[in-house]
Amino acid sequence: MANDKVAYVQNEGIDKTCTRILTVPKDMGRPIYVYYQLDNFYQNHRRYVRSQNDAQLRDAGKANYTSDCAPEKKTSDGSPIVPCGLIAWSLFNDTYSFVRGNENLAVNKKGISWKSDREHKFGKDVYPKNFQNGTLIGGGKLDPNKPLSEQEDLIVWMRTAALPTFRKLYGKIETDLKENDTITVTLENNYNAYSFSGKKKLVLSTTSWLGGKNDFLGFAYLSFGGLCFFLATAFTLAYMINPRKLEDPLSLSRTKNLLDH
Amino acid sequence: MGRGGARRRRERLRWSKLYSFACIRPSVLLDADAAAAAADSLGGPGFSRIVHCNQPRLHRKKPLKYPTNYISTTKYNILTFLPKALFEQFRRVANLYFLLAAILSLTPVTPFSAVSMIAPLAFVVGLSMAKEALEDWRRFMQDMKVNSRKVGVHKGDGQFGYKHWQKIRVGDVVKVEKDQFFPADLLLLSSSYEDGICYVETMNLDGETNLKVKRSLEITLQLDEDEAFRDFTATIRCEDPNPSLYTFVGNFEYERQVYALDPNQILLRDSKLRNTSYVYGVVIFTGHDSKVMQNATKSPSKRSRIERKMDKIIYILFTLLVLISLISSIGFALKTKYGMPHWWYLQPQNTTNLFDPSKSLISGIFHLVTALILYGYLIPISLYVSIEVVKVLQAMFINHDLLMYDEDTGNPAQARTSNLNEELGQVHTILSDKTGTLTCNQMDFLKCSIAGVSYGRGSSEVEIAAAKQIASEASGTADQNSNDPDLWENNRGDSGSLEIEIEGGITYSVEKAAKSKIKGFSFEDDRLMHGNWTKEPNAATIILFFRILALCQTAIPEFNEETGSFNYEAESPDEGAFLVAAREFGFEFCKRTQSSVFIRERYSSSEHPIEREFKILNLLEFSSKRKRMSVIVRDESGQILLLCKGADSIIFDRLSKNGRTYEAETSKHLNEYGEAGLRTLALAYRVLEESEYSAWNGEFFKAKTSIGSDRESHLERVSDLIERELILIGATAVEDKLQRGVPQCIDKLAQAGLKIWVLTGDKMETAINIGYACSLLRQGMKQICLSATNNDLLAQDAKKAGKESLLMQITNALQMVKLEKDPHAAFALIIDGKALTYALEEDMKDQFLSLAVNCASVICCRVSPKQKALVTRLVKEGTGKTTLAIGDGANDVGMIQEADIGVGISGVEGMQAVMASDFSISQFRFLERLLVVHGHWCYKRIAQMICYFFYKNIAFGLTIFYFEAYTGFSGQSVYDDWYMLLFNVVLTSLPVISLGVFEQDVSSEVCLQFPALYQQGPKNVFFDWYRIFGWMGNGLYSSLVIFFLTIGIIYDQSFRAGGQTADMAAVGTTMFTCIIWAVNVQIALTMSHFTWIQHVFVWGSIITWYLFLIAYGMSSPLISGNNYQILLEALGPAPIYWFVTLVVAAACNIPYLAHISFQRQWNPLDHHVIQEIKYYKKDVEDQNMWKRERSKARQETKIGFTARVDAKIRQLKGKLHRKAPSSTVQTST
Repeated sequence: MANDKVAYVQNEGIDKTCTRILTVPKDMGRPIYVYYQLDNFYQNHRRYVRSQNDAQLRDAGKANYTSDCAPEKKTSDGSPIVPCGLIAWSLFNDTYSFVRGNENLAVNKKGISWKSDREHKFGKDVYPKNFQNGTLIGGGKLDPNKPLSEQEDLIVWMRTAALPTFRKLYGKIETDLKENDTITVTLENNYNAYSFSGKKKLVLSTTSWLGGKNDFLGFAYLSFGGLCFFLATAFTLAYMINPRKLEDPLSLSRTKNLLDH
Repeated sequence: MGRGGARRRRERLRWSKLYSFACIRPSVLLDADAAAAAADSLGGPGFSRIVHCNQPRLHRKKPLKYPTNYISTTKYNILTFLPKALFEQFRRVANLYFLLAAILSLTPVTPFSAVSMIAPLAFVVGLSMAKEALEDWRRFMQDMKVNSRKVGVHKGDGQFGYKHWQKIRVGDVVKVEKDQFFPADLLLLSSSYEDGICYVETMNLDGETNLKVKRSLEITLQLDEDEAFRDFTATIRCEDPNPSLYTFVGNFEYERQVYALDPNQILLRDSKLRNTSYVYGVVIFTGHDSKVMQNATKSPSKRSRIERKMDKIIYILFTLLVLISLISSIGFALKTKYGMPHWWYLQPQNTTNLFDPSKSLISGIFHLVTALILYGYLIPISLYVSIEVVKVLQAMFINHDLLMYDEDTGNPAQARTSNLNEELGQVHTILSDKTGTLTCNQMDFLKCSIAGVSYGRGSSEVEIAAAKQIASEASGTADQNSNDPDLWENNRGDSGSLEIEIEGGITYSVEKAAKSKIKGFSFEDDRLMHGNWTKEPNAATIILFFRILALCQTAIPEFNEETGSFNYEAESPDEGAFLVAAREFGFEFCKRTQSSVFIRERYSSSEHPIEREFKILNLLEFSSKRKRMSVIVRDESGQILLLCKGADSIIFDRLSKNGRTYEAETSKHLNEYGEAGLRTLALAYRVLEESEYSAWNGEFFKAKTSIGSDRESHLERVSDLIERELILIGATAVEDKLQRGVPQCIDKLAQAGLKIWVLTGDKMETAINIGYACSLLRQGMKQICLSATNNDLLAQDAKKAGKESLLMQITNALQMVKLEKDPHAAFALIIDGKALTYALEEDMKDQFLSLAVNCASVICCRVSPKQKALVTRLVKEGTGKTTLAIGDGANDVGMIQEADIGVGISGVEGMQAVMASDFSISQFRFLERLLVVHGHWCYKRIAQMICYFFYKNIAFGLTIFYFEAYTGFSGQSVYDDWYMLLFNVVLTSLPVISLGVFEQDVSSEVCLQFPALYQQGPKNVFFDWYRIFGWMGNGLYSSLVIFFLTIGIIYDQSFRAGGQTADMAAVGTTMFTCIIWAVNVQIALTMSHFTWIQHVFVWGSIITWYLFLIAYGMSSPLISGNNYQILLEALGPAPIYWFVTLVVAAACNIPYLAHISFQRQWNPLDHHVIQEIKYYKKDVEDQNMWKRERSKARQETKIGFTARVDAKIRQLKGKLHRKAPSSTVQTST
């Protein structure tokens, strides 16, 4: 069964487009962030994390800097791969488009990465070369005519996640959504998550000043506050029941007990 | 001989005529056969040394090339420093581990970059080695000082010139002048005295202060001037270098004759020439061959108890490290085998061995290495170096403590090795030398009892201090001055009077005289002074008393032109004090000739002195066995008198029936003097009839000229015949001036719960007197005296009998101690050297030790340097407690090295003790501050510091492990390499160092006021396993909170308004920020003493972290990688980042806060209470309470002033109850 799925997803001939329908549970103000989420994907594996080269990404003249990039360093004829390494090679390549009723919801894919990454880490004159040309095809391909600094999907992907379950920003929808809006998502299921029994999820989220929705912060604060309150009460009670005058001289006689042992 | 004899000064004395015992001249000419036989044994193994006198050039080549006189006590030299010091460094398991990790970091196994492994290691090891080098350099400079001392050496043709000590070779003839040290072991050839004797002070060798007489062979007597050595040659065949100080076997071949040599002719290195203008000698043993250097054991490198325990903790952490590495590598192997084939994004088909799913076992093994390096943060790499830095700084505080600076000598206290600072806070037993350590070795004539009347109104230090103590305790008034050390500072030096009366009517009166003090004489009583004694009823007896003082001696007068009076070169300081006293009373000893002593007698201050001549007929000198000394003189009227002074017990046994008139009063006075800590001697005389004398003298002469081993016992027996039927005159009381503050210091140390043992080379009586003087002994204490019975049986039998009798004594004493019901009863153990040799033997030492630990004070007398070391070892190993040895002479070196801590007194005598010591102070009294203040602080500082170190590294190291579980155990760290590198070295090092250097639980004054606080150290309250595991648990808890709260809060959602999700750099940086906050807040909670320095370091470390993040974020992305602009762009603007920091830092520290609150509130330790009292200024508001607290905080003790006063008060109360005015003096058993 799994093998079938893998064969299916790896077969480039098959059109993998499918649709899903979402109902918006409550009003969402713009911008609405679109994330893809992968489960059970070890982007934090040591072999994976190291497999890139910052120098090469930044400087067009340093295409040969492919150390650390094994096993995706060079093509079989020896010319360097830009961008090299496993991270880039396994670029996520599902695509999503959203339709509300008849209205096409545009996904803005600009500005989803860190500004500093675009301006300083990924060169404006570095173009993909020999990318995904080998016998093994990993994830998505890159437009060889766009400099890396504009390939924001790659820039986002290259920021490896800390945990095996992670979300990454896909784009922004610059439209308000209303409660009970029905959205049709057309997606291309290109990325192979079947091999490692991973799940792919699509997340639409707004942010507050604290970022996205996560109850844990509130939970942590409340329970920590509760603990403090409990301790304060306990100490007060204990003090009332069994007080010790702060500088109680008698306590010193403990010295002797201590010494007698 | 002719020319030399002509120039010889007339006043030279032939001492040998006077001395009866010491100058046994063995210059037996060996006959040819005997010589051959002797030569045989001398040529054999162990006796192969040949010295060609006056031909040092013969000793330039093998086989006669002996070591030079250069000595070196350094650990390293230039060549061996690097390998040896490196070896020392990597002997520490932790350092070895980091070395391996650093090497492995060059291979692909490593989870980190090589720099981040090597840099901290190089820093840490480099710093430690620099410290070693510095310390060795100091030792080297000390050696150089000794090596470049100068001495006169024969340079050929009868010319002597000065040479450095290190240049002296075997065979050199040297000329040593008065008060110089001997540069090597010498054979005495001749001296400035006609009969070739000289006086030697062997204080540095055996601690004995009385001078020893050495005498040359008869045959070499004429070699007594420079010229005589022009053509002198001789050969010495003798034993090889060995450490035995009291034996020497050798032959002297001179002018074709062979003479036997014995220890009497040998002058040992580091002893000093006294009372003799010069001596000539031939160098036999040089440098490290000399007996004293042979005695020196290699200075062992000592490690403190805490550090040894710390090693154990490191092993525990290593176990933990291996454990989690195993877990992690098993996890990795499983993940690689079963998971990785499916993880196509890792290209599992194109892997090396490190990540090969098909060879998961091998990958797992490789991963084990990776994991061992990765989790290395559990082992605090900077722990050792931080401790070393802290200890050096602590040592600086000790060195710069003005309160331990001696203004008289200009010597500060010095921590010579800084390894043992915290050990100072854990001392259980102090083993102290006596002479030069407790006492100044300067005697003061203080009181005397003549014809049953006690004279002398001065009070001994003991009396004064005891009087004050009683006054302050018994009067019940709040002692306003008790906070300052006034009580102790007041001694006889200032003027004023103090009179205290308590219930029993005992009056202590302390009168201070403002007159200038005469050295050795503190006597004050107008009845005897200024010639007033003539008005006393017993004037005739008093004259006799003074004459005994002036005549019964072996000193040499020296006219001092400055003062116009005589100074005396005496064998012992007691004798000097007597002569000074006699001089002050008007009986000035002014001249000694071969046969007579001249005394200027002045009966009243106006009268002109009359010079009287006393012919010395015989001199029966003092020996520790005889315990008495007599002279037989003929006065101007022709009457023959025997004048005798000696230990009271001996004298009292020898009194005639009509000589006991004053016995009762005198013995009462003697007891009083003894109680006042004075050294006492009884004086007696006897009138001899002419016929009686000549009969005895004939026999004595026979004994004196007899030859053989029984000569001495023969002499003793004959002397005994005449020293009988004595008439008691009175007694003297001399104070062996204790060093300043010694009784007070001992009292404080006793209150701090320390046990004090005195080990002295002196005789038993002296030792006991000093015991009284410094309150180690007191009346009413049960003394257990162990001494070996002396009998003349065969050696084997004697030993067996001695051992058996000693065992009996010990068993009985133990029985007695066990059966004692009175809780106030105190026992004192006094043992002499001979008994100690038996007691230290394998089969007896346990009983001896168990007896000794049950006694409040222990005094060992007549112990050799070796025994001192053995006793120290016995205490150290037998009790398992920390021992501290303190001494000032070379004879203490062994014990100083053997003890856990050796303290040297940097007094006037040689530097050997200081050189061997770990700490040097210039006065014994500084020991109190060194232990109670610095020791206490250093112990707590180091203990807390180590605990904190383990806490912080566990808190940090375990988060790396938790993260592993989320990365498929692949060995990836969530933190940037730079963070990890900085964590130990920069971000958390300074606060913990400031904790280790500046922390004080209570101020130094409070430490001194509450000596019992010191017990926290010996009880090890701050470094027991409970506390250590508590801290480790705290670390574990913190790691859990830090990791799971952080990843819970910064999970998969976007962490900021801009919608971006957190990548590994953001999560790692957030987590790291939480760690920095948590551990620094933790240390702030731990500290109880804050100055601006601590604030700067603790909060500065946190600020440094943010500054680093900004700087790191601004550096090129090639360096900072994903951390580029991390704080300014990503984390800084995200409120959640700051919220996480707050909640995590708070949650990490709440259990500790709750714990210390609970402890302080319901289970406070002593220092908590004192801190509170101080904080609320209760000590100012409620002085009674403060005082009460202080007395309560005293360690229950049975020695020292306080105990003595307590005992006195108990005794007085007892008397009151009985309502019976008792005048009997309780004597000790």
